[in-house]
Amino acid sequence: MIVRGDERVLVQGITGRQGTFWTERMQAYGTRVVGGVNPRKAGTSHCGVPVHATARDAMAADGFDVSVLFIPPLGVKEAALDAIEAGARRIVILTEHIPVQDVMWVLAAARERGCAVLGPNTAGCVTPGECFVGFMPAFDAEIFRPGNVGVVSRSGSLGTLICLNLVQAGLGESAFVGIGGDPVIGTTTRDALVALDRDPRTEAVVLVGEIGGAMEEAAAEYAAGMSKPVAAFVAGRASPPGKKMGHAGAIVMGDRGTYASKRSALEAAGVRVLDTPSDVGPVMREMLG
Amino acid sequence: MNFEEHAGKAVLAAAGIAVPRGELVTSPEAAAAACRRLGPVVVKAQVPTGKRGKAGGIAVVDDADAARAAAERILGMSIGGHPVERLLVEGRAAIRHELYAAVLDDPDSKGPMVMLSSAGGMDIEEVAERHPQKLVREAVDVRSGLDEVAARAIAARVGSDVAPESLADFLVRLYRAWRDADAELLEVNPLAVLDDGSLVALDCKLTVDDSAVVRQAELAATGSPERLSDLEARGRDLGLKYIELDGDIGVLANGAGLTMTTMDVIAHHGGRPANFLEIGGESYTKAEPALALVLDNPRVRSLVVNFCGAFARTDVMTAGVLDAFDALRPTVPAFFSVHGTGSTEARAMLRERLGREPYPTMDEAIAAAVAAARGAEGGR
Repeated sequence: MIVRGDERVLVQGITGRQGTFWTERMQAYGTRVVGGVNPRKAGTSHCGVPVHATARDAMAADGFDVSVLFIPPLGVKEAALDAIEAGARRIVILTEHIPVQDVMWVLAAARERGCAVLGPNTAGCVTPGECFVGFMPAFDAEIFRPGNVGVVSRSGSLGTLICLNLVQAGLGESAFVGIGGDPVIGTTTRDALVALDRDPRTEAVVLVGEIGGAMEEAAAEYAAGMSKPVAAFVAGRASPPGKKMGHAGAIVMGDRGTYASKRSALEAAGVRVLDTPSDVGPVMREMLG
Repeated sequence: MNFEEHAGKAVLAAAGIAVPRGELVTSPEAAAAACRRLGPVVVKAQVPTGKRGKAGGIAVVDDADAARAAAERILGMSIGGHPVERLLVEGRAAIRHELYAAVLDDPDSKGPMVMLSSAGGMDIEEVAERHPQKLVREAVDVRSGLDEVAARAIAARVGSDVAPESLADFLVRLYRAWRDADAELLEVNPLAVLDDGSLVALDCKLTVDDSAVVRQAELAATGSPERLSDLEARGRDLGLKYIELDGDIGVLANGAGLTMTTMDVIAHHGGRPANFLEIGGESYTKAEPALALVLDNPRVRSLVVNFCGAFARTDVMTAGVLDAFDALRPTVPAFFSVHGTGSTEARAMLRERLGREPYPTMDEAIAAAVAAARGAEGGR
C-alpha cells in the first residue's frame, strides 16, 4: 500500500494520547489529515480537523481515501468495520494484540467490499517527501529521504534500521510499506512487492522478512519474475524454534517458517539475501549500478 | 496459550462432543482406583505438548496393578521440558477406525480452516505429505461460520463409512467450540469411530489465541501457563517479552524485528546472545526495569543497547536506560547504537549523563560487544 501526499486521511481514535501525538506529526510532515473519529467527541475539533461520531459520518461530511486506526485491541473490529462500511478504499490498522478471530472478520469484510488493509500490528507506511500514515519517523532525515528504493517490512523497528542504512549509503526511498508482525494480516509481503514492482518511482526493492509463516516464500515466487532488483534481509536466524519472538507471527513450528526455508526460496528466485542489515546500503548501490 | 488434553476435552464435552469416560489423577494409587472403576484403560501423561506417545508417556493397561505401575513410571517423567504431574485415566472402547479433524487459523486464506481426514491417529503433517488425497481442507468465512450444509459437503468428501449427518454434526460442534474458545487450533486426533458408528474424541489439542485471553478469563484459568525461568517470569510480570538464551551478550532493543536482528548480528560476529528482550510498542517506557532484567542474568559479560525508534521514542528509552545505570551501576561494558525518533535528544543525554557517544552503526556496536565479551576490550 502506497499512500500519496494528495490523498485524504481519516484518523480513528484521533483524540487519544498516541492518536494526537502522531496526528500532529503526520500533519507537520504533509499528510492530508481531513478528520478524526471519536463517538464521544463528535462535533468538536481536534488537531485542527473536525471530529466525527463514525467513519460513515466522516465519509458523508468530507470524504476520505485512507483511514488509520489508533484504537485499543478489543475496539478494532467495530472501528474497522465502520470504516469498511463507510466505503473506505484502504485502512491501516496499527494495533497489536487484536484477537485473531476479530482480524479474520475484518479482513473478510474488507475483501468483500474491495478495501485494502495494511496491518494489523504495523507501524504504517511512508512516502518520503510527501506523507506518512501511522507512527514511522518519516520526519527524520537520517532515515527517510525521497529516492528510488522501495522497502517492505514486517517489522517497524527493523524497517527503520534498513531505511537508515539506505540513507547512510546516499540512497533514498520511493516508499516504505510496513505490513505488520501478526500471523494473519491484510497486505502480505507479496502484495507489497507487487505494489512496489508497479510503482514507477521504485527501481529496486528491499524485502525485510522474519522467521515464521510462509510470506517470504510466497513473495519469492513473485520476485522470480521481476525485472527490478530485489535484496532481502530475514530476521530470526539466531532465534530458538518453538518460541514467539515478540511478534505473534515470528515463530518456527517444525519445518515451517524457518530461516533456511526463506533464505533458500529467496535465493532460488534470484534475490540477494543479506547477512546483516549494514550490507543493504552497499548492495543496493551496486544493484542500482 | 496451550491446554492439556483433559482441559481441551472439557471444552469438547461442553460443545456436545463425546469423549471417553475418564478421571484426572495425580498418584499411582488413584490411577489404580480409577482403573477398577473404568475397566481396561489408557493412562496418559498430561502435558501441554505433543509426542507424548513417542516419549513413553502413554500406557495401555488392562488391570489396576498395571495401571499403578504405569502411573509410577509416567509420573515424574519430563516430556518436552514439562514434568508430568497429572495423568488422565480413560476407559477403552472397541474402535472401528480413526479419523482426524481440526479447526485452525489459516494465514493463507486469512480465516478459519476445517481439516478432516480418513487417516487418523498419525502425524497430520505426514498424512498431508504422503496421502494428500486423504486430507480435506475447507476454508470457512468466519462471519457466517460453518453450517450443516457446508459441514455435510466436507464430510462427504472424506469418504468414510460414518453417516454424513453424524460427521457433519460433529464438525459443526467442533467449529463452534473453536469459535467460542477464541482458539488458534482445536484438533481431535484420533477421532474414533466406534463399532456402533458413534464418534468419540480420543485426544484433543487446544491452543487459545494469546491476544484473546483477556476475553477468555474463565477458560484461560484451565490452561497451562508457559514454563518460564525466574528471569522470564519477572519479565512477564513487568509486561515484557524476555526469553533467556544461553549466550553471554545481553540485549536490549526496541521492536521484535530489531531485537531478533540484534541477536542475528551478534551471532554473525561470532558472539552469543544471552537473551531476547524488546521494549517496542507500548512498553518503550519500561527501559529501566528491562535493563535491570538483562543485567541480572549472571552470564551477561557485555551489553548491547540497540534502539531504532519509530513509535518507540529513543529519548524516552534512553532516559530509562540511564536511570537504570544510575541505580545499578553496572560493571559490564555497554555498547550503544541509537537512531530514529528522538535520537538527537537521546544522544545528548548519553553524552551528558554517561559521557558516552553511541557507535555510528549497529554492526560496530555489536562487534565491539562481542569482542568485549571475549575479554578483548572495555566498553566505550
